[in-house]
Amino acid sequence: MATTARLRPDLAIIARHVPEGVRVLDVGCGDGELMAALTEKNCDARGLEIEPANVATCVARGLSVLQGDADSDLSYYPNDSVDVAILSQTLQTTRRPDLVIDQLLRIAPRCFVSFPNFAHWRVRASLMFGGHMPVTRLLPERWYDTPNIHHVTIDDFRALAEGLGCAVKGSWFLKGGHETGSIAANLRAEYAVFALARS
Amino acid sequence: MADASPIETHAHVLTLAEPLPLDSGRALAPVEIAYQTYGRLNAAKDNAIIVCHALTGDQHLASPHPKTGKPGWWSRVVGPNRPIDTNRFFVICSNVIGSCMGSSGPSSMADDGAPFAMRFPVITIRDMVRAQVALIDHLGIDRLHGIVGGSMGGMQALSWAANFPERCGAVLVLASAPRQSAQNIAFHEVGRQAIMADPEWKGGDYYTADLDDPRKVGPEAGLAVARMAAHITYLSEQGLTQKFGRRLQDRDAKTFGFDADFQVESYLRYQGLAFTDRFDANSYLYITRAMDYFDLAEEHGGRLANAFAGLKTRMCLVSFDTDWLYPTSESRAVAHAVNAAGAPVSFVELSAPFGHDSFLLDVPALDRVIEGFL
Repeated sequence: MATTARLRPDLAIIARHVPEGVRVLDVGCGDGELMAALTEKNCDARGLEIEPANVATCVARGLSVLQGDADSDLSYYPNDSVDVAILSQTLQTTRRPDLVIDQLLRIAPRCFVSFPNFAHWRVRASLMFGGHMPVTRLLPERWYDTPNIHHVTIDDFRALAEGLGCAVKGSWFLKGGHETGSIAANLRAEYAVFALARS
Repeated sequence: MADASPIETHAHVLTLAEPLPLDSGRALAPVEIAYQTYGRLNAAKDNAIIVCHALTGDQHLASPHPKTGKPGWWSRVVGPNRPIDTNRFFVICSNVIGSCMGSSGPSSMADDGAPFAMRFPVITIRDMVRAQVALIDHLGIDRLHGIVGGSMGGMQALSWAANFPERCGAVLVLASAPRQSAQNIAFHEVGRQAIMADPEWKGGDYYTADLDDPRKVGPEAGLAVARMAAHITYLSEQGLTQKFGRRLQDRDAKTFGFDADFQVESYLRYQGLAFTDRFDANSYLYITRAMDYFDLAEEHGGRLANAFAGLKTRMCLVSFDTDWLYPTSESRAVAHAVNAAGAPVSFVELSAPFGHDSFLLDVPALDRVIEGFL
């Protein structure tokens, strides 16, 4: 699939695992890259995006996207209104990540969540030896202008999922744009993608 | 981008054979619908877009206004290779019933040969849409490719989506609302009272024997005040400050009198006066009333989502951050209702300094949305 090949690596994983032809809500859909790929899989994809310029780009691409905020606007979506909800690299920008995941699993029986891993060894080294909040290739913003207000590690996320009582149906880890194994993922992976379901 | 040559347009007047049933329970007869078309209807008759005009707008969408000579009110958007491309689409714009630019309104002749004046029935937004449905029936169009409207035009687009979903293609609603707010009803009432308090209004019977131009007389002072008050609501404080600030009009010092010292006063007076040359005061009463009565949820059992239960096609809503007349929250409410009803919907708040009028003005992001969505 041509579009999938060019996707950001975490989005490519999600696109691969979303079944053909299902209803999808992409929360924090950006410029609609993933939605466009899912549309090619005959999915009925809807988006929620906070940045007006991104929404305008999506609409100009023929995608259906609402401008809104994951923290406040997910409550408008009816229960089970889609089959799959997606939250790609948005979790760490929300005010209440726990409530957002709760909402996702109310709206859809399954969801995919991807996020940058704050326990990656480079981040740890940067803090340990530099003594500053890490500024890395993957987390390029400084502490005062970053949208990432809730940094999270892979182990933290597992704990949150367990605390929320949801089932982890799959997990994928990324390093340098490629998939990497799950051994010591919390140290080695730059990104993680989790598939969650109601338990 | 677009060429400067005059756009090809055709002016038509359709006379309905039957009376038009109205929400009030009354019927309107005779019914004339004046409309302009741009571009060509294809053989399959599936490339038609209706553009619905706002309160004081008219059918002269992309061609010069016959009275003022000014370019069409949306010629920036509609034309060859423009966001609504007349090389691709057959674009229809009809004057709403109740208005004064050729469609039946209070200044039109009733069956007894005298102007309707206040005998004209009170109409609703849905009645305006019913007239447009009769028009596309006449043109042999089963289903519109698109319906586009801003402000009151957006109310009509919403009414199309709610009442005639099977006739709708893509529905694009700009700077509008699913109901008229209390504040907006209040502003309209100020305008209506200004008209009715003018001694020249005469209970609406101000039309003279000079039937060629009934608007030569009438409550011009009242209508101008109504327009001035309304015009303020179409702008933003930011826009007024940028455009006028506290600058004085053609003078170096305040006059300590009540002449138009400030540029903003002079501008408003001009807007008020210019408006009376092209608009009928009774039409202003009827159309503002139609907007006040608009409440899409009320029409559908009190739940806005129910209004869109039959909608299968795409809808897109656009609001502007400086529009306080039809603020973002109104468009967002519609978007969530359509979403809950299951139809594909987009919503975006664009940034523009011009207040409510932003949908008529140069906002490049809006052009991208219009072109991409249609």
